[in-house]
Amino acid sequence: MFPPTRISLIQKLQDTRQRQEVLDTLFELYWMPVYKYLRMKWSKNEEDAKDLTQSFFLRSVEKNFFSGYNPEKARFRTFLRTCLDGFAANDLKAQNATKRGGQALHVTIDFKTAENELKELQTLETPEKTFEKDWIRSVFRISLEKFARECEQKGKENVYRIFERYEMDSHEDISYKDLALEFAVPVSQITNYLSDARRQFRRTVLETLRDSTASDEEFRSEVRSLLGIEVE
Amino acid sequence: MNPLSNEAVSRLQKMISEPDLTGTKYRLLRKIGSGGMAEVYLVFDEELEREAALKVIHPARAGDDDSARMMREAKAIARLEHPSIVPVHDLGTLPDGRIFYVMKYIQGELLDSYAARTSMHERLTVLQKIGDAVSFAHSHGVIHRDLKPQNIMVGAFGDVQVMDWGLAKVLSQLEPKAAAGIAAAREAFQTDAGTVMGTPEYMAPEQERGDGSLLNEKTDIYALGAILYNLLTLRPPQRDVRPRQLNGAIPRRLEAICLKAMAPVPNERYGSVVDLTDDISAYLNGLPMVAYRENIFEKLGRWTSRNSFFVLLVLAYLLMRAILLFLSRR
Repeated sequence: MFPPTRISLIQKLQDTRQRQEVLDTLFELYWMPVYKYLRMKWSKNEEDAKDLTQSFFLRSVEKNFFSGYNPEKARFRTFLRTCLDGFAANDLKAQNATKRGGQALHVTIDFKTAENELKELQTLETPEKTFEKDWIRSVFRISLEKFARECEQKGKENVYRIFERYEMDSHEDISYKDLALEFAVPVSQITNYLSDARRQFRRTVLETLRDSTASDEEFRSEVRSLLGIEVE
Repeated sequence: MNPLSNEAVSRLQKMISEPDLTGTKYRLLRKIGSGGMAEVYLVFDEELEREAALKVIHPARAGDDDSARMMREAKAIARLEHPSIVPVHDLGTLPDGRIFYVMKYIQGELLDSYAARTSMHERLTVLQKIGDAVSFAHSHGVIHRDLKPQNIMVGAFGDVQVMDWGLAKVLSQLEPKAAAGIAAAREAFQTDAGTVMGTPEYMAPEQERGDGSLLNEKTDIYALGAILYNLLTLRPPQRDVRPRQLNGAIPRRLEAICLKAMAPVPNERYGSVVDLTDDISAYLNGLPMVAYRENIFEKLGRWTSRNSFFVLLVLAYLLMRAILLFLSRR
């Protein structure tokens, strides 16, 4: 279940062959927190926030923003937010950089969803808190998408659908027996499917975190943040 | 994919962090503790129909090294069969791949809250029981390294459980009598050289410096002294403040035991936990102690207090003789 130690995020960013892959991962994970943060903290309008979100990530690669990251000093996402503050403070340059940039981001962006979520936000929430919560949401969203793809590739669509019904459908209190009737399989099969799905999903979440952290220590710290466990 | 609601995120967070007990005989009740490496849940054993405490490695620590370490830790604790050391009932791997072990679920109150409502005599009796458990572990080559009131549970009848042996270490130089099973236990508690682990107020200076080579029974003796400090003052220990500076009513002899156990230089501490508990017994029974050199008046006072009946008898006799003498002269 535990993702093995991998080449760190920072090492990957130094390698031009892997940089695009890392950029896509980071963008996929952080575009929503970054977009909302720009809208809330920097009071950017929708269009400016969209441009800035994209140009921030492109510019980060061009200028190698993230190479200055030191895992001993802060979490990567705290560092990223600090970079974002600096970038937003000078957004005219950033917009110019977008026009110059030769790279592209291979990730679909759903700004409409982000806007809808912004409208539902509690006004008392700070931009920093929203950033943290959106990061958690992004980790789960990306992990669910990966998990759904894996199930599909293995022909185990039912496993994903049962997992989705039982673990995420909050509208009703569903039992194993209900699921067995709905999916026309024995209750014992539901138990096995769910056990397998939980194990796979947990692994996927941890892999997603591993891909976006720079050290074992940061990874562990992020797992604690994600699961709401206080670090001693 | 539809956006995830806050509720869905909460459910997923809970699902990932909670142990998957599918296929085991345990039913999850609630989380009762969390540490750096593992979490502890209250579970119900469906076969034996009793509650138990299930310790499971944290998802972030479920790597090969940490899993192996926790497994060996459970085996090593299981060998320490003593009434004041929490027994391990089961060890295994959950369906989610995480290592777990099951211990007796201890009910009672933590030592600090127990101390706040009990007499000095009761507190000292409990400390002796803690010392007995620690001494037993030492005889098996295991040092606890994280003794503190929060790791000690006192039951309704004054029974004591020393908990959380997660930082324990097995010593390399051992008496032959404790040889059986120690090799495995030693392996269980290996920690990185130079790593500082423990709780600052109860940590011996050598432990605080991260000097792993100096950690031995004396490290636990220091912590027991620090616990005594807490029992005397009802406050966390402070190295530069003697207990009597906080409360002048604390007997000098008890303060002396505390200060000897907490000596900054390991060689100046008690030679063993037994020596420490012997001194506490000596205090409770009004006998001479190792830690405190009495002057003649204190010796006399202690002797008088210990032999009060005899002293009263002699005084009564002398008084009677004096009265008889007085009457005969009249």
